[in-house]
Amino acid sequence: MNTGLRRSTGAYAGIPFWIYPIAAAGALLVMLPLAAMAARVNWANFVPLVTSQSSLDALGLSLRTSAVSTVLCIVLGVPLALVLARGSFPGQRLLRSFVLLPLVLPPVVGGIALLYTFGRQGLLGRSLEVLGIQIAFSTAAVVIAQTFVALPFLVVSLEGTLRTTGSRYEAVAATLGAKPATVLRRVTLPLVLPGLASGAVLSFARSLGEFGATLTFAGSLQGVTRTLPLEIYLQRETDADSAVALSLVLVAVAVTVVSVSHRGPRRPAAPPFGSRPVPGERTTAESAAGGDVR
Amino acid sequence: MKAARALLPALLAPVMVAAGLSGCAPASPGAAASDGTSRASGTLTVFAAASLKGTFTRLAGEFERRHPGATVMLNFAGSSDLATQISQGAPADVFASADTRTMGRVSDAGLLRGQATGFASNVLEIAVPPDNPASVSSFGDLSRQGMKVVVCASQVPCGAAAETAEREAGVALTPVSEESSVADVLGKVVSGEADAGLVYATDVKSAGGKVRGIPFPQARKAVVTYPIAAIAESRQQELADAFIALVTSNEGQQTLQDAGFGAPPSASAGPEGSSGQ
Repeated sequence: MNTGLRRSTGAYAGIPFWIYPIAAAGALLVMLPLAAMAARVNWANFVPLVTSQSSLDALGLSLRTSAVSTVLCIVLGVPLALVLARGSFPGQRLLRSFVLLPLVLPPVVGGIALLYTFGRQGLLGRSLEVLGIQIAFSTAAVVIAQTFVALPFLVVSLEGTLRTTGSRYEAVAATLGAKPATVLRRVTLPLVLPGLASGAVLSFARSLGEFGATLTFAGSLQGVTRTLPLEIYLQRETDADSAVALSLVLVAVAVTVVSVSHRGPRRPAAPPFGSRPVPGERTTAESAAGGDVR
Repeated sequence: MKAARALLPALLAPVMVAAGLSGCAPASPGAAASDGTSRASGTLTVFAAASLKGTFTRLAGEFERRHPGATVMLNFAGSSDLATQISQGAPADVFASADTRTMGRVSDAGLLRGQATGFASNVLEIAVPPDNPASVSSFGDLSRQGMKVVVCASQVPCGAAAETAEREAGVALTPVSEESSVADVLGKVVSGEADAGLVYATDVKSAGGKVRGIPFPQARKAVVTYPIAAIAESRQQELADAFIALVTSNEGQQTLQDAGFGAPPSASAGPEGSSGQ
């Protein structure tokens, strides 16, 4: 199975013993606050708290907008990742830096930037208003904010997969007479599907948690722009129990989503989504499945 | 919570020593002199509502001038956040809230020493962009078709006040957004996203020329009271009392009124703030 000696994942497990306590401290830092929050949940009233009309509206809106944002991330992010991984043009590195910027940017800053783009007085907003399209305070604004912050997750994930996969199969397909569009559809996309899937799931999770940009850019109105994080922020003002209960719901959804997407890297020998393009020659497929996500 | 409280003096001790040394004042708390100055020293931590930032920063400077041994540490945030922090054992000596309901929460938890005192009031105003694109002139205009009005959500004090004003005016607003803080409402008006927003008179004043304020008569029925109180756990009781005295003094009141605050509705405590034990 394992072709490269140094890359034989799983065989060598010699970690210095002192690594473990530090790793445990790291894990605790993340898990302890979540446990503390779970301990504060008012279980007796949990169901009524999370099924109030405002909570359901917020959860429904969050799931809907995150789904749309994820689709937008795929539609816009796949070409972007292809161009960044395979293309060659001046300013490519600069473009990559900018595309990845929302990863490190505080979301509030993203919200302000979006406001000056799509807002009524904004760069595009004024033209859009002439066309009768108003983005501010609409659900569309929520989707734009979420897509803005989630897009880099898909691009990073997919670009990494594209690079580790290499373009050997595509080259073969091209010599056999396949046109670029056919190669993309029949070879490239099936090959990078695991990376695309995990990128999409991460984008969905990021959209679900989006708060700062939405608050700054879209406003907060029940059923229209008040997503679950905004509802939690508001409930916290008066009803701590409700805020904690909703937080737990959000954590549960996020944990589910992230654990589904991250099954892959643990078992490098078995591609998580079963993409085995060419039997017999599996080294690149293995490394693609193994080394794509992180 | 308990552990945090036990740790606190240990953490604060060096700060207090440093403050005492730099002020060259005796470390023992002295008695308050009749002219308002005292020889009490140490660090006084004041938790105050975000809308008090300008005035309390100025008053803290004045306080430090009068009490050379004292240092005032200010923590500004939303009243509700501050109340939560205090109930979780945050080291506050004085708490100034932007509404009596939040102060009532801290009071009901038995965290106050004595009663809360109302020291200022605030009224809603309609904030519009400087050029007033939707030509708003009265509260009734806010319910016009297509008007983009932003208010606070009813969970926060400014939203509760806005609801009262709506009832008083007999006008039903259909806001495009219900923000969780008055600063967010102001932001939407400043950026021109909203045609109008309901904010406090002090917000309009502190925004300078970025928004125009339109007072409306119904706001008089929705006045919010700002109460201030000393925290029971405080180790700086004397300084805490002196700070509250400064805020409620003529000079403190003048500073507040310069910033657009109104006088407190009555001489002493707000209705909900009076149940401290």
